Amino acid sequence: MSALNLRLSRWAERLPSLRPSLANLRGWAVPLALLLGLETLVRSGILPAHQMPAPTQVAQTLFHLAVSGELLRHINASLLRVAGGFLIGAGLAIVIGTWVGLSRRAEAYLEPTFQALRAIPSLAWVPLLLLWLGIDETPKVVLIALGAFFPVYLALLAGIRNIDRKLVEVGQLYQLSRFALVRRILLPAALPNLFTGLRGALSLSWMFLVAAELIAATRGLGYLLSDGRETSRPDLVIAAILLLAVLGKLSDSLLKYWETRALSWRDSYQGGEN
Amino acid sequence: MSALLQLQNIHKAYDGLRVLDDVSLSLAPGEIVSLLGPSGCGKSTLLRIAAGLDQDFSGALEFNPLLQFGRGTGIGVVFQEPRLMPWLNVAQNVSFADGWIADEKWVQQLLRDVGLSGHADALPKKLSGGQAQRAAIARGLYGKPHVLLLDEPFSAVDAFTRMKLQDLLSELAERYEIAVLLVTHDLDEAFYLSDRVLILGGTPSRLQRELAVPLARPRDRRSAELAYLRGEALTELYQSHAI
Ligand SMILES: Nc1ncnc2c1ncn2[C@@H]1O[C@H](COP(=O)(O)OP(=O)(O)O)[C@@H](O)[C@H]1O
Ligand SMILES: [Mg+2]
Repeated sequence: MSALNLRLSRWAERLPSLRPSLANLRGWAVPLALLLGLETLVRSGILPAHQMPAPTQVAQTLFHLAVSGELLRHINASLLRVAGGFLIGAGLAIVIGTWVGLSRRAEAYLEPTFQALRAIPSLAWVPLLLLWLGIDETPKVVLIALGAFFPVYLALLAGIRNIDRKLVEVGQLYQLSRFALVRRILLPAALPNLFTGLRGALSLSWMFLVAAELIAATRGLGYLLSDGRETSRPDLVIAAILLLAVLGKLSDSLLKYWETRALSWRDSYQGGEN
Repeated sequence: MSALLQLQNIHKAYDGLRVLDDVSLSLAPGEIVSLLGPSGCGKSTLLRIAAGLDQDFSGALEFNPLLQFGRGTGIGVVFQEPRLMPWLNVAQNVSFADGWIADEKWVQQLLRDVGLSGHADALPKKLSGGQAQRAAIARGLYGKPHVLLLDEPFSAVDAFTRMKLQDLLSELAERYEIAVLLVTHDLDEAFYLSDRVLILGGTPSRLQRELAVPLARPRDRRSAELAYLRGEALTELYQSHAI
């Protein structure tokens, strides 16, 4: 009898580990149903195919793009722009944010200017950037860098200003130099905020990439979007949207994975079981 | 100068509010001195001045040239809270002064001394309050200081852990020949550990009295002599309207 009980309780222990995968499967139900519904609607002619392509047609378009090598060329161009702009913007933000975080005087000089600049919607820079920098890679990368700068700068500044003064005092006690204080106490302590800023910056980078490529480009996913519109090919537009979603999600997952690893020391609430 | 550390005629005010008034004290090699007083009387302020963390005071702070030998300032500090870096493991926290060029052997030795040998790789979030404070003590000792300054180091742990940590402190101070200046508001702790007890009180605070504790170690917490000295201190604290 007790042996049976034991076996049952073992079973019960295993059950929760099955549940998450079931929950994951549940998440697929709605999209699959939508795709299936869409496919039937388009095939039966209820939705006009020249406006709403069937999912299978989008898949076909993607396949052709991939086979011809076009896909890789566009993805490559977009990835390079996002990576370049994001790295430049975030890098500058880390340097300047740390400086302003360290020094009240730097803050007094720079904060009002940054506040004013931040009030300008970044896309408003586009015409100016095109005038100044032409239509090649530079204005695109600069625009993305502009978009990536502010989330990182603001988050890092808030993070540094939130650091427990008591930890900084430990650094003082060991007579750390300014640079060592930044490297060994301020940046690690502000890391949770910094990651929040980086993830926000990354998603903005993708947004600004699309903006930049819609306006003037001969390659890239944004170019695919505008090309699809001009040639009346909604399948191309939807394919590009899908690719943007996948790339955005992938890059964010990468950053999130890095964040989880780098912040494993945190002792914060992770959410309940249910 | 035979004293390791000397504070002379220290006056300190925060925004015009006088906190310390003409406080002088000195710390001889190998000596354990307690600074006893009610909360808010300026004990932490005095200790921060001694640690060199607060330079905004009047009076003189003198260190024995002997302190300059060896690494760092020759002074270790343990705060009321452990103040461990949460992103560093216990061993890295202990050797914080040296960063990447830590003396691993010495860290291992210190962790054994404070009873944390198995926890070298643990992150601070995994430690209990008492364990974290042990790690903080090990960090204070890492620079092989001649002087250890402690600011109510055991006030946040339970009574049993506190007694253990007190014994640990007294043992380590003897083993490594460290002079200790201990700030506390705990009468038992002050007399059990110290060679001298300085009572701080009044507004602004002055040194009210100095009591010597001429008892051999190891001491018995229940001994009549300690009880008598605690009584004396209580009387003094009542008279200075500290309690
Ligand atoms: N940074 C500060 N600014 C202004 N007043 C302070 C500051 N630190 C401490 N004080 C005041 O100085 C007095 C002594 O504080 P403290 O040295 O922390 O006392 P204790 O450690 O004995 O409890 C208190 O009245 C406190 O309010
Ligand atoms: Mg205090």
